[in-house]
Amino acid sequence: MGVLLEVKDLVVRFYTQEGVVYAVNGVDYTLNEGETLGVVGESGSGKSVHLLAMMGLIPQPPGKIERGQVLFEGRDLLTMSPREIRSIRGGQIAMVFQDPMTSLNPYLRVGTQIIEAIRVHKSVSARDARRRTIELLDMVGIADAAHRVDDYPHQFSGGMRQRVMIAMALSCDPKLLIADEPTTALDVTIQAQIVDLVKDLKNELGMAMIWVTHDLGVVAGLTDTINVMYSGLIVERGPIEKVFGDPANAYTLGLLSSLPRVDQRAGEQRIEQIDGSPPDMRIEPKADPFAPRNPYATERCFQEVPPLHPVDDQNRDHTTRAWYDLRKARSASTDA
Amino acid sequence: MTTLSRQSPGQPVEKGMPILEVRNLVKHFPVMTGMIFQRQIGAVKAVDDVSFTIHAGETLGLVGESGSGKSTTGRSILQLHQPTSGEVIFEGEDLVTIDKDHLRRKRSRMQMIFQDPYASLNARMTVGRIVSEPLLIHNTMPNPRERAEYVESLLERVGLDPYYINRFPHAFSGGQRQRIGIARALALNPAFIVADEPISALDVSIQAQVVNLLQDLQEELKLTYLFIAHDLSMIRYICRRVAVMYKGKIVEFAETNELYDNPVHPYTRALLSAVPIPDPVAEKKRRRLDPDPEAYYEESSHMTEISPGHWVSSSKAHFSK
Repeated sequence: MGVLLEVKDLVVRFYTQEGVVYAVNGVDYTLNEGETLGVVGESGSGKSVHLLAMMGLIPQPPGKIERGQVLFEGRDLLTMSPREIRSIRGGQIAMVFQDPMTSLNPYLRVGTQIIEAIRVHKSVSARDARRRTIELLDMVGIADAAHRVDDYPHQFSGGMRQRVMIAMALSCDPKLLIADEPTTALDVTIQAQIVDLVKDLKNELGMAMIWVTHDLGVVAGLTDTINVMYSGLIVERGPIEKVFGDPANAYTLGLLSSLPRVDQRAGEQRIEQIDGSPPDMRIEPKADPFAPRNPYATERCFQEVPPLHPVDDQNRDHTTRAWYDLRKARSASTDA
Repeated sequence: MTTLSRQSPGQPVEKGMPILEVRNLVKHFPVMTGMIFQRQIGAVKAVDDVSFTIHAGETLGLVGESGSGKSTTGRSILQLHQPTSGEVIFEGEDLVTIDKDHLRRKRSRMQMIFQDPYASLNARMTVGRIVSEPLLIHNTMPNPRERAEYVESLLERVGLDPYYINRFPHAFSGGQRQRIGIARALALNPAFIVADEPISALDVSIQAQVVNLLQDLQEELKLTYLFIAHDLSMIRYICRRVAVMYKGKIVEFAETNELYDNPVHPYTRALLSAVPIPDPVAEKKRRRLDPDPEAYYEESSHMTEISPGHWVSSSKAHFSK
């Protein structure tokens, strides 16, 4: 599998009246062709902003991409002309957002909107584009697609509108689908249907995907790799089984320990909480941003930002941003 | 990260005193037409013949998806909506029929914690004023100095530094705002609290903090909770018994572990099968059951007790499965 996307040292800031917001503070990763990457983090962690920035979708000003490269098939998206990036966005890279109501134009039939998307990127006749649109709606599980194509967005439920958005995203055979909290606004039974649909489509079409969410359950079944973000930095990254099975960063461990599970009886123990508050994004991280909330923090955590480094020599693909060794620290604290 | 022993929801329910009995609660919202001469053309049956009992000191979970009527049920219990019919018997008195003055006094015994900590606090009031407002309205603590000390103690109790008493809500994070809302709910020393999605607007790392706080307060102050939520994992952890609502009716009601381990109603089964598990091994094995909205629409609200304390709405759909 070749490398599809390479993000190098991406730094994004917002210059607001209340000061500088340090939104993305140096993000590096690669995504292979056909790979599914989950990006998890809380509000303000930079998980959405870094993707919007690389797609040229943050308003500048107040936003500013301070430095970095985003290589898509070797070409830097950040230095492309607006015209070039528009031809990639919605074509080779498609996006699906959280709120399917505001992403669709309420005055236009859904078919019209998908046909338009197809014809922006491909020179096909209106008739062929319409035929393709009906195929796509059918593929995302909309019953009676030949008639529904002429309905308006308000005639669809929230889950069905998200299916329409997915159909539109897939209309130009993207190599990469970026999904930003696409199921957060949906009920849990509808979320499960959409996740299963996306899984099937991904296997069928072989595209790569980046799925952004705050829900650790959704990514667990969906993705190959996971980036855990905190304070505009990746704090842990690796194959999902390794990161969830043996977390190496105290933040990841804290998140996983604070989540009760629907398939397990509640024990006598309380759920473990992460103390403290999320970081103030108006302060540039000069140390490990999680240190004030981290029971395993060492002195060095308060002094320097740790680099993202492999957990050990056997697990070069599993990296953590930490000065402490979580395994040693945990076994020491249980021995004590 | 603290670990203390806690009351397990799996313990058999001892029959405490019923603090609240809801009987055949109905709330319909009229659907109107016409611009000037309005007339009613129908009704949305938001809550459609709901009955249950909550025992003193327990946490009852009310789960369902958007539009199931779970929030309307909570609000109708507190008489924030006037019920269309039914009885809400709280500490022995029917709140639906008692006179307004009496209801006002009863209100101090029951409080609500809201979902959105950004919308439920008055942005123009200081934290001290927000928390002391119930005391002023009910005139329970006329001495200003005594009141100020009490408000400080409440803030401390919910984990906020009383130093910030004169700040405005915008200076606080979502989790801190929810703590302010909890302090306000506690001000009148209530016995019963309706918590309507109290953690769903909060970041994951903050949710556990608020849940642990609510459990500590329950133990300390002998509170009874009606916990309304759509997060079935958290409900399993928090509640002793759980009622599942669908289209305005309770379709299944049981002790928590019984409900999660042996769900009977097809809607409950579909709902539980859809909940993602933050564990790649378990999650990749999970199989979703499709909900079929037509198959289990209940006309009747009759429920059958299939094992002690496990009630399922009676319909052909699940007995023929």
